[in-house]
This record gives sequence, C-alpha cells and structure tokens, in this order.
Amino acid sequence: METTLRQTWAFLFRGYHLTRRYIGWVVVFNFYALVTSATVALIGVAAGNYQLTLTLVVGALLWNYLSWLYQEISMSIAYERWEGTLEYTFMAPVSRLVHLLGVSLYSLINSIITSLIVLAGLVLFTNLNLRGANLPGVMVVLAVSTLAFIGLGLIAAVFPVMSAERGAEATHIFQGSLLLLSGVYYPIEVLPKWMQPLSAISPATYTLSACRKLFGVGMAGSTPERLAGAPLSSVSHELLVLALMGAVLMPFGLWVFVKVEAWAKRAGKLKRTG
Amino acid sequence: MAQPAMQIRNLRKCFRKRKGFRKWSELWALDDVSFSVAEGETYGLLGPNGSGKSSLIRILSTLLIADSGEVHMRGYALPKDQEQVRRIIGRVSVDAAFYKKLSARENLLYTALLYGQKARDAEKRAMEILDQLGMENSKFSTPLEEMSRGMQQKISIARALVVNPPLLLLDEPTTGLDPKSRRDVQTFLEKLREREGTTILLTTHDMAEAERLCARIGFLAHGKLVAEGTAAELKRKANAQTLDDAFIKLTGEELSDEELVALEV
Repeated sequence: METTLRQTWAFLFRGYHLTRRYIGWVVVFNFYALVTSATVALIGVAAGNYQLTLTLVVGALLWNYLSWLYQEISMSIAYERWEGTLEYTFMAPVSRLVHLLGVSLYSLINSIITSLIVLAGLVLFTNLNLRGANLPGVMVVLAVSTLAFIGLGLIAAVFPVMSAERGAEATHIFQGSLLLLSGVYYPIEVLPKWMQPLSAISPATYTLSACRKLFGVGMAGSTPERLAGAPLSSVSHELLVLALMGAVLMPFGLWVFVKVEAWAKRAGKLKRTG
Repeated sequence: MAQPAMQIRNLRKCFRKRKGFRKWSELWALDDVSFSVAEGETYGLLGPNGSGKSSLIRILSTLLIADSGEVHMRGYALPKDQEQVRRIIGRVSVDAAFYKKLSARENLLYTALLYGQKARDAEKRAMEILDQLGMENSKFSTPLEEMSRGMQQKISIARALVVNPPLLLLDEPTTGLDPKSRRDVQTFLEKLREREGTTILLTTHDMAEAERLCARIGFLAHGKLVAEGTAAELKRKANAQTLDDAFIKLTGEELSDEELVALEV
C-alpha cells in the first residue's frame, strides 16, 4: 500500500514540478481559457438576455472543466513521447492502473484550478447572479461525470501509444467532435437531424443537460435576481446514465490501454519520437 | 552450476514495415541469438548501428516483445514475468531521455518514487552516485537542459542505479562523451561491479571500452551473434592483433565513418 501511494505521488510530484517549470505557458493557457469563455458569455450580455448568458456561462465553464480533464489525460502519453521518457515510465515496476490513476489525479487537480479561474472571470465579466442555483447538485453531477471523462481520456490516450503524431491529432479530433455534439453552447436540437442521435453517446451531453437544470436555465421561476435551480432528484436520469458511462468507460479504457501497450511492444512502437 | 543472471536462447525479432497495399518489408533485428551472462559478470555486445543491440536491450527491458526464443532474467521469464523483471533491472540508453526542464534532483526523485522508494533515501544515494561519477553537488538542482551531454549521461547512470538494481543494461552509455567523462563512467562501472557485484550487459561501438570493462564479449552483426569469448580468445580466433581487427575479420563488417567519428568525440 505504501509503495502504491508513493508511485501515485510520483505522478503528482512530476506534474507539480513540470507546472512550476512551465509556469509561463500555464498562465498563457489559463488566460486563453478565461478569455475564450468570457467572449462567448459576452454574446449573451450583448443580447441583453440573462437566460442566454447563463446558458453560455454554464457551457463555457463545464466545457473548460471536462475538456481540460480529457485533454490532460489523453495527451499525457504524447507529452511523455515528446520528452522521450515514455520508455522509462513503461519499464518502471508500476501497474498501469496506478500509472493512469496518478495521471488522472493530477489532471483532475489541474482542471479544477482552471475551472475556478474561469468561473471567477465569468462572474466578473457577466455580473451574473448565481443565487438560487443548486450548486451542491452541480458538484455531484460534475463528480459523477468526471469518472466518465477519465474513461474517455484513457481510451483516447491509446492513440499516442500507437503513433506519436497521428495519435495526438486523433485525440484532438475526438475532443472537437465532443464539443460539436454535446450542445455546449446550443441545444442539440439545432444540430442536423442525422447528427443528433450521436449526441447521446457523449457524456458531456448529460452533464450539460443536468447542470443547466440545476442552475435554473429555462426554469419558469428563474429571474435575473434569483435563479430557480432544480433539485438533484430532477436529474436522476442524467446521473444514472453518467454513472453507467463511468462504470463502463473507466475499466474499458484501462483494458484498451493494456491491450494497445502489448501490441506496441510487439510492433516496436514505443521508441522515442519527437 | 549456478543459474546465469541473464539467459537468452534462440531469440528472434523481426520488424515489418508497410511498403504499399498488402506489401510488407521485413527486417530481422535479432536472428537466433543465444548467450548467457553470469552473476556479477560484465558482458559486452559489440556491433555497428542496426546490428540489433538496442532491440536486444529493449527486449530485456520489457519494452519490446520477441517473436520467439527464451529470455530469463535471474530466473524470471520474459514477457511472462515482466513485473518481477522490472524490479531487478536498471537501464541507461544512448539518448539521455529526461524531463529536460526538471532538475537532476527532480528527475531522480521522480524515478525513485515510481519504484516505490522513500524520497530521502533515494536522494542520499543519488548524491553518492553523482559524487563517485565526479559531479559537483551544486549541479543537483540544475535543470537538465542546462547541462552538457556528459553530465546528462551521468545523471542517466544515476537514475538507473538509484533503485539499486542487481542487473544493469547499458546501451552505448559513453557514446558522444568527451574523454574525461568517458573515463569517469568506465571507472565508476568497474568499481560498481567490484563493490556491489552488479551484473552488467553493455553494448558499445568502442573496442577499447569493451576490452577494459567486459569479461566476455559477443560480436553482433545483422542480428546474429557471430562470435563470443574473452577479448584474448576473440583475437586468437581471428588471428588478429587488435579487437578492431578481430571484429572486422569475424563479422566481415567495419564500423561506419559516423561511428568512428562518434568514438573520436
């Protein structure tokens, strides 16, 4: 147990020191996340429609959290390939479960910090009043959807194991598709009819749907002064689907990763690239 | 007879590359290679670029799976017992692969933690190793990107040894080093074997290095182990004055200009 804790700590230790050394880039990425979210939210402010503003704020905030989490996990292997350290991580006596758990934990901490920065910026730019929103409920939904997104990240992390450059490209294409399909800034009904069924396979669709209800978006009782956030029981369907997705995607992601790693060792694909 | 520390039998590895629709080319990196290394022995593998040295080291490091053959590391079979093998090996590759922005201390502590070691113990051991390699303590907190290739390679050796493995796999550890750094590394390896009894598999282009460090040497060419023995036996076998000449006569190959230049750096 002590060994496992030290091994998990290794990934947090590495992440912390890399963040410290690349602090300039970390500031730039957070600034960019804040600015892109604020510019989207200001569309609602310009329209003078607080419901639209709230829709965009919730979309921007949740997408920042979920996409950052997904990206950090899915790109963790690509980063190691670029640094040239992947072989050394793979030949260490650390189980893939502990390895990916450590990476996911660090990504989670990073995502929470970025989301808090974005939230602070959005409140500042939009003067939005969140009184009446069911914020504890939002936390529950985010916690459950985190598992599903970690699972998606693990599945996408296999692409850079297969091919350093093509793999990193594939993870971004996958991330872009989730943004398009999940109704981050618009209801999925505005998507082309043939595309709408695809949104059902994205965990972000359920996260956004649940969180919008909990914030009080579109609720009859919501006013600019006080939102009418729905109770947690009203999003039980979304919570159930997200929990099922997490329960399936996490072990499936780990299983796929182990299989692809074995294939990469047979094909000689783990050599340093980049 | 005592069990060898490393035993490799009839090892074969072929890489296939797509050359068009349903067309593949094959490259045999290792073709029926067999040898063993005794506990506490330093065994050298000599061969030009592309002879299969790095593929062999990767197989022993659990990073590549052979097509056929047997590998036993202190009795553990690969790839079946890869978890156990990972606990008893350390590896130094020709390229010092690190997080270049991190300091030597941060890189070494990360490795120690990955192996489940206590950070304080690992830090003490790393300092001792770097001291023996002739590196100043003040460099411990310097980012790797600010270090010379020689210093980076010394950190790489410290990384392999910080977890105190009984088996050490060294893939051209002195290639590209200046003469002083090369001598520091070679002296350190000699002392390490004497003091700790570490079993070392060393691949190199450098005949003098192989002659100095290795009890036995194998010549690898085109994935085949074409000759094996002590330096004196190999010279006698080839009726040659130097190990260089013995290598050329027994393998029918010369080191490339690029490799000879690398030796002169």
